[in-house]
Amino acid sequence: MSLLEVDDIEVRYGAIRALKGVSFHVEEGEVVALLGANGAGKTTTQKTVSGMMRPSLGEIRFDGERIDGVPAHTLIHKGICHVPEGRRVFPRMSVLENLEMGAFRFKTHDEAVLDRVFELFPRLKERVKQLGGTLSGGEQQMLAIGRALMGKPRLLLLDEPSMGLAPLVVQQIFEIIREINDDGVTVLVVEQNATQALGLADRGYVLETGEVVLSGTGAELLADDRIRAAYLGEEIAH
Amino acid sequence: MNWLQNLPDYLVLGLTRGSMYALVALGYTLVYGVLQLINFAHSEVFMAGAFGSYLVVSQLAPGEHGFLGASMIVLAGLLTGAIVSALIAWTLELVAYKPLRQRGAPKLAFLISAIGMSFFLVQLFGKLFNRFSGNPFPENYLDKNAPVLELGGVTVTRIQVIIIVAALLTMILLDRIVNGTKLGRSIRAVAEDAPTAALMGINIDRTISRTFLIGGALAGVAGFLFGQAFGFGNTMGFDQGVKAFAAAVLGGIGNLRGAMMGGLLLGIVEAIVPPLPFIGIEWTDVVAFVVLVAILVFRPTGLLGEKLGRAA
Ligand SMILES: Nc1ncnc2c1ncn2[C@@H]1O[C@H](COP(=O)(O)OP(=O)(O)O)[C@@H](O)[C@H]1O
Ligand SMILES: [Mg+2]
Repeated sequence: MSLLEVDDIEVRYGAIRALKGVSFHVEEGEVVALLGANGAGKTTTQKTVSGMMRPSLGEIRFDGERIDGVPAHTLIHKGICHVPEGRRVFPRMSVLENLEMGAFRFKTHDEAVLDRVFELFPRLKERVKQLGGTLSGGEQQMLAIGRALMGKPRLLLLDEPSMGLAPLVVQQIFEIIREINDDGVTVLVVEQNATQALGLADRGYVLETGEVVLSGTGAELLADDRIRAAYLGEEIAH
Repeated sequence: MNWLQNLPDYLVLGLTRGSMYALVALGYTLVYGVLQLINFAHSEVFMAGAFGSYLVVSQLAPGEHGFLGASMIVLAGLLTGAIVSALIAWTLELVAYKPLRQRGAPKLAFLISAIGMSFFLVQLFGKLFNRFSGNPFPENYLDKNAPVLELGGVTVTRIQVIIIVAALLTMILLDRIVNGTKLGRSIRAVAEDAPTAALMGINIDRTISRTFLIGGALAGVAGFLFGQAFGFGNTMGFDQGVKAFAAAVLGGIGNLRGAMMGGLLLGIVEAIVPPLPFIGIEWTDVVAFVVLVAILVFRPTGLLGEKLGRAA
């Protein structure tokens, strides 16, 4: 049984069908990448998995249990933690308060997890009192990931963690995602940065206008001409 | 000059009025924080608190009471005012706003719904009880105008002490809730970013309901205090509501400290400016709104800006 099974889901924004029957699965311990151009439906897919949206058709199962239509605030108790697009740190809460928010589902936060977050992101420890809204883009991304870790995820959803960050910072963030996965957390990462994501991922799926058009292991996809052309900006030699 | 001599008295008067504005203003600002909505029926929540506390106080008041007995009656008035208003505010949200929210209605629909509820409550309380304003609360148990404190010519009366102390304690309690509890944390989180708050495990609907409960309770405390000081009636909410709303805007709508500051400032301006030579008491409301407009011209988001910050 897969940890996450997404089975032929359709998701709509009113009359617009953003997902037209998407299926994929994530095994326990894996890093899976969802790739695709702007507007392909990557964010919508993650929002549906984390309970922010409900599919009009299809099923989602987590640990064998139906979770489609379960609202986000309930779903987090199953250990699905979502780092949303654009980070969405609480701008007028301090770094520490933001991290505590991540552990809101527990009575109190786990000090060992907090220590681990500070170990992964020493920058956050230096800035515990600073307001979330005053951090740099990279620091906000670290805070958003740290906040999700405070919820002790079994499945971590990351929506474009590299967006708008300098290459060096992107490198750093992906190394940390690797470490988080090594800690035993299953990761579903959405990316436009296909090289980085596929370098990290065990497997990947490519979305195009609401449908899965390609899937394979990270290495297979990296070698695929269509991927190279579409996402790595390479010319295909004929 | 007479005005200068009386200034300390005006300040006490202003502080008294301002504390009540602040309590009501906090309700506008709390709800605005989580819903970006002006709850125009909040003035009637305040009114309902006065009625609710009257029903209890008028039962308890007859007879002889010592200091302790009278204090207990005041406490009972504060509590019933808070409870009745909290329940009215909670119900209001449930019937007038939540259905609109769940259907994704535009902001204008909420406004119409709020105005409708406001009329409904004014008429309902008029029908159930009476249609006159200025009905007095029982006073004998309290001897409300007895001086408590006389300092260099300033006389502070019992009711003034009760109002200022009760408002202060209520606001300290609010601060403890907002900054010291998980409920408070969830209110702040929803105010800052509701969808992300939900991702943290916060039930947005429940948080909104509880915000109305808290805002309502604050208005109910003010309802009792105002009723005990000036009398009550089904139309008492309008005037206080408009002023308290102005106070919330003055401080920066959505900002708790702002609502407290705005309320106190408005009360004090209203008390000290009109008695100046060449102005006159009949200009009180004009003075209040001139100050509001003047401040908004220079600080369009109010004194502290439009954000649900920490309480004082
Ligand atoms: N709130 C919305 N209302 C209407 N359409 C939306 C909304 N959000 C996304 N969409 C549409 O759904 C499709 C998928 O969007 P999204 O999941 O954000 O794509 P991606 O994350 O891959 O860039 C796009 O066509 C987009 O325009
Ligand atoms: Mg996206």
